[in-house]
Amino acid sequence: MTAHTGATPAQSLLSVRDLIVEIPTRRGVLRPVDGVSFEIQAGEILGVVGESGAGKSITGAAIIRLLERPARIAGGSVHLAGRRIDTLDSDSLRRVRGGQIGTVFQDPSTSLDPLQRIGDQLAETARLHLGVSRSNARERALQALIDVGIPGAAERLDAYPHEFSGGMRQRVVIALALIGEPDLVIADEPTTALDVSVQAQVLGLLKNLCRERGTGVMLITHDMGVIAETTDRVAVLYAGRVAEVGPTPAVLTDAAHPYTRGLMASTPNPIPGDKHQRRLQQIPGSMPGLLSVPTGCAFHPRCEHTMAICSQRRPPSVPVRSSDVGCWLHSEVPET
Amino acid sequence: MIAYIIRRVLQGSVVLAVVGFIAFAMFRFMGNPIENMLGQEATRLDRAALAERLGLNDPVPVQYVKFLGKAVQGDFGVSYRNGVPVAEMIVQRLPATLELAFVSAVLAVFFGIVLGVFTAIRRDGVLANIVMSTSLIGVSLPTFLIGVLLIWVFAVELGWLPSFGRGETANLFGWESGLVTASGLKSMILPAITLGLYQMTLVMRLVRSEMLEVLRTDYIRFARARGLSDRAVNFGHALKNTLVPVITIIGMQVGQIAAFAIVTETVFQWPGVGLLFINSIQFVDIPVMAAYLLLVGVLFVTINLIVDLLYAVVDPRLRVT
Repeated sequence: MTAHTGATPAQSLLSVRDLIVEIPTRRGVLRPVDGVSFEIQAGEILGVVGESGAGKSITGAAIIRLLERPARIAGGSVHLAGRRIDTLDSDSLRRVRGGQIGTVFQDPSTSLDPLQRIGDQLAETARLHLGVSRSNARERALQALIDVGIPGAAERLDAYPHEFSGGMRQRVVIALALIGEPDLVIADEPTTALDVSVQAQVLGLLKNLCRERGTGVMLITHDMGVIAETTDRVAVLYAGRVAEVGPTPAVLTDAAHPYTRGLMASTPNPIPGDKHQRRLQQIPGSMPGLLSVPTGCAFHPRCEHTMAICSQRRPPSVPVRSSDVGCWLHSEVPET
Repeated sequence: MIAYIIRRVLQGSVVLAVVGFIAFAMFRFMGNPIENMLGQEATRLDRAALAERLGLNDPVPVQYVKFLGKAVQGDFGVSYRNGVPVAEMIVQRLPATLELAFVSAVLAVFFGIVLGVFTAIRRDGVLANIVMSTSLIGVSLPTFLIGVLLIWVFAVELGWLPSFGRGETANLFGWESGLVTASGLKSMILPAITLGLYQMTLVMRLVRSEMLEVLRTDYIRFARARGLSDRAVNFGHALKNTLVPVITIIGMQVGQIAAFAIVTETVFQWPGVGLLFINSIQFVDIPVMAAYLLLVGVLFVTINLIVDLLYAVVDPRLRVT
């Protein structure tokens, strides 16, 4: 554990260590997640950014073991409040899902059972995790709808999902994720499918509710604006590996990894209020496919600072200022 | 809702009028009823009198309207073969067919759904794969062959079950039922399996593929992410969503069972309307054939209507407010 800074698994709310996810295919074993490590402290909002295919969603799904077959966890460990959860039996795992870790999916139009009243879906979840009576579960369902700001919540309990707009539906999904009083919420692109006009509302709602309750959040997104406005810390993923993880302001303004710097340079004005105008830059090339991940550092063919070692050995994660960075620019290049 | 039902009934009436026209057309274009009924020794006067009595001298549209008018009142004319009113013959035979179809449909739908859900949930299980492979036989074997095979094994070789007929029937409030006597029930087993097997495998494969589809959806994943048990996910959420699109097909299949029991009834000499229809074809007994055609039409239209209403009950998105 010497290579990692930050809290030990016992202190963190969530601790992911060297997580590996593999997908066996006919053309070989793919590794969409290849040795990812990060921590989330209680009440902290961690943003997880990266391009499509960087392994963000799969990491989130692997934590609650909702990987779609044939993907499977092939290595590493996941601890929640000091307890290892990646090896739990299915009964204990079910209590973790919804009870300790709430989930918000990307598309609210497909997240809710279309044939069940939302009040029943909420009450079902509440009864499951809180062990409350039928009538109490209904009260909690009502309170949950009020908390997420559904107008006329009492009448809306008996409504079906199709009777809600997209933004309202995502509020219902958030209510469902929080009704089991979880310690952590994994939100996988929670606003991507919404109208721009309601994105900020829904994100603000999620942020405020979690702040009030001290709930930690793993916010998966590719939107730098969302990261800047919402998160405390941010993990940048590239080709299934963590390029850099650190406090959000530091990563946004003073990134240590060349990929993160490239990502920032290609994003229009990620810091609110930053009047500094500059030309957008792009990173040459594109992220490698899972069948042809480069040797050594996965970013080296696109990196402007490539050295000999970069194509030979994977860089270890080392502390740089307040962040952890996986790049040979910041590590001692070993002899031999 | 009422307006919706009325609209559906009107649509059904149009369908039935078309079916009625086809049935009516048979009188004009298939054989000569007068020859059939009177034979060769009849005089020209006899023929003219019969043609007048049967209304064959009226203009065609008038005949059609008269035909429909009578049909609506349950009057399908008189059988060419034995001179008995067709309605009477059908009413007498209908209980046998309806009971057979009912038992077959219940078997097919029940086992079809149960096995479909089972093979979907245990997609990679050994037993589920055996069931799936066996179901290919049910889909590919023709009905008459299944019937003959069943007769050979269970009636001829083992001698457990009767090979033909309905057994004893008892009169229940004017309905001749074979479901209340021991011999009637025993006689029901083989024909019901024969008639329902194809529909059962079809329902099973349909339920399976639809359920697999539903199990891949986001709301099922989300239900798992909420911590619901496999049982709650499979039966509380997935099953209901599976059945919505399946209901239509099941409805059509049940209609088919009732309407096309002909082969099974022939193999087992089951005294239902299907057998009556086959026999009347041999004698070109057009009034019976026309009545049967209309009966099938009414059956399908009714089942479709029920299916549409059931849809609205199951799926809130289709409820007309």
